[in-house]
Amino acid sequence: MGMTMTQKILAAAAGLEKVEAGQLIEANLSLVLGNDITSPVAIKEMDKMKVEGVFNKDKIALVPDHFVPNKDIKSAEHCKCVREFARKNDITNYFEVGEMGIEHALLPEKGLTVAGDVIIGADSHTCTYGALGAFSTGVGSTDMAAGMATGKAWFKVPSAIKFNIVGKMDKWVSGKDVILHIIGMIGVDGALYKSMEFVGEGIKNLSMDDRFTIANMAIEAGGKNGIFPVDDLAIEYMKEHSNRPYTIYEADEDAVYDEEYTIDLSTLRPTIAFPHLPENTHTIDDIKEDIVIDQVVIGSCTNGRIDDLRIAAKVLEGQHVKKGMRCIIIPATQKIYMQAMEEGLLKIFIEAGAVVSTPTCGPCLGGYMGILAEKERCVSTTNRNFVGRMGHVTSEIYLASPAVAAASAITGKISSPYELGM
Amino acid sequence: MQAKGTVFKYGDNVDTDVIIPARYLNSSDPAELATHCMEDIDKDFVKNVKKGDIIVATKNFGCGSSREHAPIAIKAAGVSCVIAETFARIFYRNAINIGLPIIECAEASKGIDAGDDVEIDFNTGMIYNRTKGTEFKGQAFPEFMQKIIAAEGLINYINNK
Repeated sequence: MGMTMTQKILAAAAGLEKVEAGQLIEANLSLVLGNDITSPVAIKEMDKMKVEGVFNKDKIALVPDHFVPNKDIKSAEHCKCVREFARKNDITNYFEVGEMGIEHALLPEKGLTVAGDVIIGADSHTCTYGALGAFSTGVGSTDMAAGMATGKAWFKVPSAIKFNIVGKMDKWVSGKDVILHIIGMIGVDGALYKSMEFVGEGIKNLSMDDRFTIANMAIEAGGKNGIFPVDDLAIEYMKEHSNRPYTIYEADEDAVYDEEYTIDLSTLRPTIAFPHLPENTHTIDDIKEDIVIDQVVIGSCTNGRIDDLRIAAKVLEGQHVKKGMRCIIIPATQKIYMQAMEEGLLKIFIEAGAVVSTPTCGPCLGGYMGILAEKERCVSTTNRNFVGRMGHVTSEIYLASPAVAAASAITGKISSPYELGM
Repeated sequence: MQAKGTVFKYGDNVDTDVIIPARYLNSSDPAELATHCMEDIDKDFVKNVKKGDIIVATKNFGCGSSREHAPIAIKAAGVSCVIAETFARIFYRNAINIGLPIIECAEASKGIDAGDDVEIDFNTGMIYNRTKGTEFKGQAFPEFMQKIIAAEGLINYINNK
């Protein structure tokens, strides 16, 4: 019985010839990640441990990004705790305001994540790096502490679901629609404890940013990780961003999967997840009544990359955000921000009446920079639409692609660029 | 090891955002987090919960964000055990790591209602519904997990080794 791509990476990191689903292993870690919410708890736990310091100062990434720039005194104290820990332990990859970005957009851009890596992060969207052919998964603060101290973590080897991707997406369909479609199909616990392995000839039609978005939301189906094969596009990305060596693993031909699905990209339509679960999906064509909204957010670790901003700009160019609506656009990293400036995207956004912010996770988790009042509705390119996620417990979040979010900002109701004749 | 208490019952996909909303994540103090535990799904929970009480839910408890603040808040609120049909994987790991006992048991999840008095024997995995006079066999914790819970978390357990 062969191994899946994930199983092969885990076997290598555990120094084993072979692993199988369900097996408990201890693996060496390539990188341990934390942010300003989860790191303070991990640092407190690590202080209790009888260890001298971190296992490797180059293999830890600390990215204050959730409530940064500090939203209040308590957040400032958390960030100070992370900053002082980074200084004390001489952490190479600590990213201060001015150089930081949203962690899951920042780390690949900085070349810290490559194919074959085993990465844990105290943030559930750590699964993003599967887009590059790495095994990466979210953990809690205690696992982060143990990882920082020892460079190891224990894992139960996951079984897998295979998604065979074929065809090519239409103009206004993107990676977000692919993953929302999948979550709608299998449910928010459809991949519980499992790896989601994306394969097939259609993958060549997905940009790296599409793949990051898809892998990012594997957790929204309960998945342990999401992973893509390493093709020329992924290699090109790694060569451009990283000088670290990478290792390409491929699933065995006789690898066993719990389930297999075929996703024909050419049949997908703009897809929106209604409150209050990412599995409550509807295509734009199924929405018969006007859903009037108050706010649009374009950004986050899911959809704050340059491709996302380009799509939003294409829709918003020469248009205007509907009067009374707020449209908040958040480039995910400083580099993306700069790129958007150089390409003239920021000008398009500001002329359209949108506000553009420094990188932050802020509104996605109801931290700041766009909190919703009672019964307000938001179309957001973020990843969760749980009760109270972006503000008041009666507010509503509709998850969508940057194209749908931008079109909705213009009309003030859930819309797609198709309706605008684009 | 045993637990005994009154049950708070919830449904599918209780996410970590409703267990402890992010607006309170500017704190990492367990006692402070406990005062907002379950706030967005059951605003009376904090008022009504007593030390030893038990949470019972159905599928995918603890889904969403990896925030360890969620099991920390539940434990600090006095809850002695969470029983569910299934748990989201990061929550499962976090709960064990901080020493909050959790048990996967579909039958118990179906056969226990809000307000029932329940007793749990962690050594055998037996769950007794004293109100209804029924019992369920959950999975007993492997020895190393019992030790982690007895040590009140992974870090103490590693230190004690």
